[in-house]
Amino acid sequence: MGSKTMKTFDMPQERLLDVDNVQVHFPLREGLVKAVDGVSYHVNKGEVLGIVGESGSGKSITARSIMRLLPKRAVDAGGQVRMQLRSGEQFDLSSFGRNSRAIRQVRGKHIGMIFQEPMTALSPVHTIGAQIMRTVQLHMGLSRAAARERAIDLLAKVQMPRPEQLVDAFPHQLSGGMRQRAMIALAISCDPALLIADEPTTALDVTTEAQILELLKRLQSELGMAIIFITHNFGVVADIADRVSVMYLGRIVETATVDDIFYAPKHPYTQALLRSIPRLGVDQGRRLPTIPGMVPDPFSVPPGCTFNPRCSHALSGLCDTQTPPEKRFGSQMSRCHIAEQFAQEPVHA
Amino acid sequence: MLAFIGNRALLAIPTLIFISFISFVIIQLPPGDYVTAYAAQLRHAGEYISPLQEEMMRDQFGLNDPMIVQYWRWISDIVLRGDFGYSLEWNAPVSTLIWDRLMLTLAISSASLVLTWAIAIPVGVYSASRQYSFLDHLFTVFGFLGKGIPDFLLALILMWLAFAYLNMDVGGLFSPEFQNAPWSLAKLGNLLSHLWIPLVVLATGGAAGLIRVMRANMLDELGKPYVETAYAQGLSEARVVWTYPVRVALNPFISTVGWALPALFSGDVITAVVLNLPTTGPLLLQALKMQDMYLAGSFILILSVFTVVGTLISDILLAWFDPRIRNA
Repeated sequence: MGSKTMKTFDMPQERLLDVDNVQVHFPLREGLVKAVDGVSYHVNKGEVLGIVGESGSGKSITARSIMRLLPKRAVDAGGQVRMQLRSGEQFDLSSFGRNSRAIRQVRGKHIGMIFQEPMTALSPVHTIGAQIMRTVQLHMGLSRAAARERAIDLLAKVQMPRPEQLVDAFPHQLSGGMRQRAMIALAISCDPALLIADEPTTALDVTTEAQILELLKRLQSELGMAIIFITHNFGVVADIADRVSVMYLGRIVETATVDDIFYAPKHPYTQALLRSIPRLGVDQGRRLPTIPGMVPDPFSVPPGCTFNPRCSHALSGLCDTQTPPEKRFGSQMSRCHIAEQFAQEPVHA
Repeated sequence: MLAFIGNRALLAIPTLIFISFISFVIIQLPPGDYVTAYAAQLRHAGEYISPLQEEMMRDQFGLNDPMIVQYWRWISDIVLRGDFGYSLEWNAPVSTLIWDRLMLTLAISSASLVLTWAIAIPVGVYSASRQYSFLDHLFTVFGFLGKGIPDFLLALILMWLAFAYLNMDVGGLFSPEFQNAPWSLAKLGNLLSHLWIPLVVLATGGAAGLIRVMRANMLDELGKPYVETAYAQGLSEARVVWTYPVRVALNPFISTVGWALPALFSGDVITAVVLNLPTTGPLLLQALKMQDMYLAGSFILILSVFTVVGTLISDILLAWFDPRIRNA
């Protein structure tokens, strides 16, 4: 284990996480589903990477493969996930077994995770304090009393009212927003370098969502941690992310800074998604454009560019036969055969 | 919490009064009474008592009084004097008859309950967390076999095996030489050598069903998001499984502890008869057959008290165990 953790990779100094060509397959009776089909992205220290995609695009599965928390019937079909801490310590996460001691020392300690459903993501029969204390005692070796103090501090940090009392509250006694705050306190309890937030505000109403986003932004700058923020909501991404990756059918189709994504998208899928967001004052009296067709069924993914059957720019003979390569425009990446075209005449969404 | 317990305890009183009356009525419902059954038994043995004698016996036992009077006589003796009446058949006070057997019954039944849980919970947890593994399939096969084979048949097979191959003295709880001996280490050893068959028989039957329940509960819980949260904290699999989903999956077990109490008392009648165990189950069966109404009535009353008290205990345990119920 020691040799594994000390192995040095060639990673830029500012890099925290490198996800390289990760593939996750589900062998089902109906056929092989390539839920994640060669996803690569990186996260720099202290930055917020937004990952946008519709349901089933593989964004959560990719995040779980970072944590080695894939469902039991998933097959890890290749790829590498590497992490580099501020201390210079490096981990090859993809080499760790699902229940290995090595990955358990990363989970909860260096990577915290927030889940979508605050209603069910906390144990119903333990107080939130007890759940936070268990993690803190495990990774920081604190005594019970010290762990309790820390749990109260953490609850105060996530702006829980009356933390001294609510530390002994059970999840069902709290509202959804409060539970998500408790969940965040749990995830950041050991000052992780990376926080993975898997649709943390999807189950909340918009007011609470705004509060939670505000809280995450504040914690991020206070603790200097990086965040992978998974969502299907472009509005949320605009609010919190520094860079954005857009996923479609198990692949990343475009990665760019948040400004480039919104003002110079270079993939037709990103453009179509942006066009389908309602905006005040624009397009009044017109129907909101939608993306034609449906997400293909995972057992019959179209050949070539997986988006080609729904793409208004698709060129027959090219887009339906060849998988587009990654094309780079500075820091922007697009997997589209005709991305150059969008680079010349920016499409205003 | 105290108010909750007090409230439940008070509610139990009218329930018990009602149950005692109903059970007394039901015992009287079959045609005839103890004297009829007794006369029939005598005729069977070739003897004979005249209708006049029968009538005298009825007068003597108070069987001719209206039912409500008989009920009142019975229940007021129990409540006011702790006197459960007199068994007509055994010609002995009901309380001695029952209490004599009660200790052994409770000992056997609680031991088998503990054994059942000790088997069912770990096996159920293992089966669920290693679903469709070889051992899971093996436990499933054994589970269905255990559930499918009637207890009394298993008892007969074990008795035969122990007698024919292990040359053991089986049946009952003591060998004849210890039957009336005072308690000693040797007698205790003798008891233990007899006790394993009823324990195995009772525990396997119960465990087979509970393994399935535990496995199903665990499968439900293991898929819940809070389990993933626990893994994401870096806890080991054993700690995740035993601290989180098992705690929740045990709830149905705890809510049925209450039913175990009356079941402990009535025992598994058929198994007890087959194994010739001096427990309360066979005594109840005999009392019902002979329309020995004070004995049978007392039995049913005690069973109902156990049921009501057991349910109360279950409620309290559940409230203590699960905060969602406690605070509801």
